Amino acid sequence: MEIYADNAATTKMSKTARDAMINCMDEYYGNPSSLYTIGQLAAARLSAARETVAACINASPKEIYFTSGGSEADNQAIISAAEFGRKKNKKHIVSTAFEHHAVLHTLMKLERQGFEVTYLDVHENGVVTADEVNAAIREDTILVTIMYANNEIGTIQPIKEIGAVCRERGVWFHTDAVQAAGHINIDVAGQNIDMLSISAHKFHGPKGIGALYARKGVPLTNIIEGGAQEKGKRAGTENLPAIVSMAAALKEACGNIETNAEKITALREKLIEGLKKIPHSRLNGDRYIRLPGTVNFCFEGIEGESLLLLLDAKGISASSGSACTSGSLDPSHVLLSLGLPHEVAHGSLRLSINEFNTDEEMEYIIKSVSEVVEYLRNMSPVWEDLTTGKKEFYFE
Amino acid sequence: MEKNKKVIIAMSGGVDSSVAAALLKSEGYECAGVTMKLYDNDTDDSPAVKTCCQIDDVYDARSVATGLGIPYYVFNYKDDFKSQVIDRFVNAYENGMTPNPCIDCNRYMKFERLHMRAETLGYDYVATGHYARIDYDAGSGRYLLKKGLDSSKDQSYVLYSMTQKQLAHTIFPLGEYTKDEIRNIAENYGLINAKKRDSQDICFVPDGDYAGFIKKYTGKNYEEGNFVNRKGVVLGGHKGIIYYTIGQRKGLGLSLKEPAYVCEKRLDTNEVVLGKNEDLFSSSLIAGNFNWIAYEKPEGKIRVTAKTRYSQNEKPAQAKVLEDGRVEVIFDEPVRAITKGQAVVLYDDDIVVGGGVIE
Repeated sequence: MEIYADNAATTKMSKTARDAMINCMDEYYGNPSSLYTIGQLAAARLSAARETVAACINASPKEIYFTSGGSEADNQAIISAAEFGRKKNKKHIVSTAFEHHAVLHTLMKLERQGFEVTYLDVHENGVVTADEVNAAIREDTILVTIMYANNEIGTIQPIKEIGAVCRERGVWFHTDAVQAAGHINIDVAGQNIDMLSISAHKFHGPKGIGALYARKGVPLTNIIEGGAQEKGKRAGTENLPAIVSMAAALKEACGNIETNAEKITALREKLIEGLKKIPHSRLNGDRYIRLPGTVNFCFEGIEGESLLLLLDAKGISASSGSACTSGSLDPSHVLLSLGLPHEVAHGSLRLSINEFNTDEEMEYIIKSVSEVVEYLRNMSPVWEDLTTGKKEFYFE
Repeated sequence: MEKNKKVIIAMSGGVDSSVAAALLKSEGYECAGVTMKLYDNDTDDSPAVKTCCQIDDVYDARSVATGLGIPYYVFNYKDDFKSQVIDRFVNAYENGMTPNPCIDCNRYMKFERLHMRAETLGYDYVATGHYARIDYDAGSGRYLLKKGLDSSKDQSYVLYSMTQKQLAHTIFPLGEYTKDEIRNIAENYGLINAKKRDSQDICFVPDGDYAGFIKKYTGKNYEEGNFVNRKGVVLGGHKGIIYYTIGQRKGLGLSLKEPAYVCEKRLDTNEVVLGKNEDLFSSSLIAGNFNWIAYEKPEGKIRVTAKTRYSQNEKPAQAKVLEDGRVEVIFDEPVRAITKGQAVVLYDDDIVVGGGVIE
């Protein structure tokens, strides 16, 4: 059985997205900036795509800037706020310890340039509270950047409440919504979000395309200079086939958001209930405040790398920790931020499912993971230390 | 050759392990390439460990594996490398010894951790790009570790700790070749790293400043002390005992009438003893943590040739096992700069008899 269960890493493009892309490449190859008809036809597709994306998150089309993906959008959002803060002599940012590296590394860069960042604790359940955000905001705070839903454990943050706090305190609020868009409802106006990042390939769109929403009145700083595209805020000829395809994918995903969420949540629950039966294991992150399709478990006494390879041999594509540039698995900073020790964080497994998965596949995953974990534990010296009492179990 | 046997090749991104992979693939093994990620790259965000460009090495190894059409994985062993190799290295220096971390890395990382992983994943063998050979001796029923045929590249010295089980499940595809032949094979295969330089020094201390590394790693300051001569006369001040190794002449920062060499490090008084070159010679040593390969443990005295550093030639000697299991080696002629913490490896012609750590 071949089961793709790593949809938080990337998704297969939907037929709608694929058709939209190919149609655009065939029919609308013009440069949207050109004045002749072929260019204008392309420009019309660009506008339509912008309107579609805006409508999906309750923004205005003028507030949508296409980027190369979620990472670029995160970078530009944070750098823009920092530039604005510099002018106002506000050099404090509030974030969390378990953001995506696109956010964390940008923040670290700013710290080296003299900014101060408060990284809020995400607690054992992987959720911050609006009160904690409120308490962390200072006179000199320019930005709060907190992810919508975590990419590794799937927990959802109280975005609306945080947005209300930020608006009241006069601080910009950016959220990395890469894992959320197309999977749960987003309303940038109703949730008081000033900036938001999305990435197409997480909702059955193509790779290499994303968008930054920036509320009207939020001045953006360019990361890429050289042309007047995207209202002068992001140079480079627009990747029109990808943009059109992303819009089609997002519209499709948002149109099915309730039915998909219901179906995927049921599969997820089945998966969690099944995997929970493995002794000395734990579901990471809050039991319920989570994305429909993301499940993350730790199994004591095993190494994630072996688990993944043996699952791959059984046809299951899953992931563990965060893949770094070399493709090796560091103990995930997300799991460490939940307070898990190194060796336990090493034995983690993320399964991220979607609407195309089935009940039968969940059963196969549960059976396979249980078998592989047992096999690995039988060969593991760490497990031997745990069962003979030389080391203490972390989970019951 | 054994068709359909599965082998994991430890790939560093260098030419040797790349050719090892190519050779095994051509012999019909089912191969997978693995790079062991052992430490962090030097970025602004990882202050602790300054290193060479491992990302580039991973890139090279991956492109070789992809070119050969074999799966490729990067396994993370940073925690183990820290506790088994770096901590031992630092600890040895702090205790006045001069360790060989490459031996520890082979022993604990490649032949313990990677072997264990290979077994777990259903692989029959681990292969590396070492210049050494393994033969099964039907008479004794033992696996023998032998020198590589290219004596100028022989690496059997750093492999002396291998157990029978490890030898039974290890392949050294380069053992029969010379380095030039390997470079030719690499060019014939069009491997991108055919002209890459051999790696030098200690991988996690690429600039060679091991004392600077230790200071940064531990965050400690190592107390300054005195250079003294054999009679106890103070000759000047030293920067801290970790900065010196037995036999060292350069970098002492003294102007003396005669060339002076580090002969001894006294931890209790924090003194470094300097002497003449001839003071460095001694005829015997005791080694602990001994691993016998050619046989279980010899009775009585055995005639061997013995090597006390990687870059040194073997010297004729006799060895015997002491009552406590340690091994005494007595050389026919005195040997220069026998150093605590280094390995002594005993040979019978081209066969590795065994080895241990000089105490």
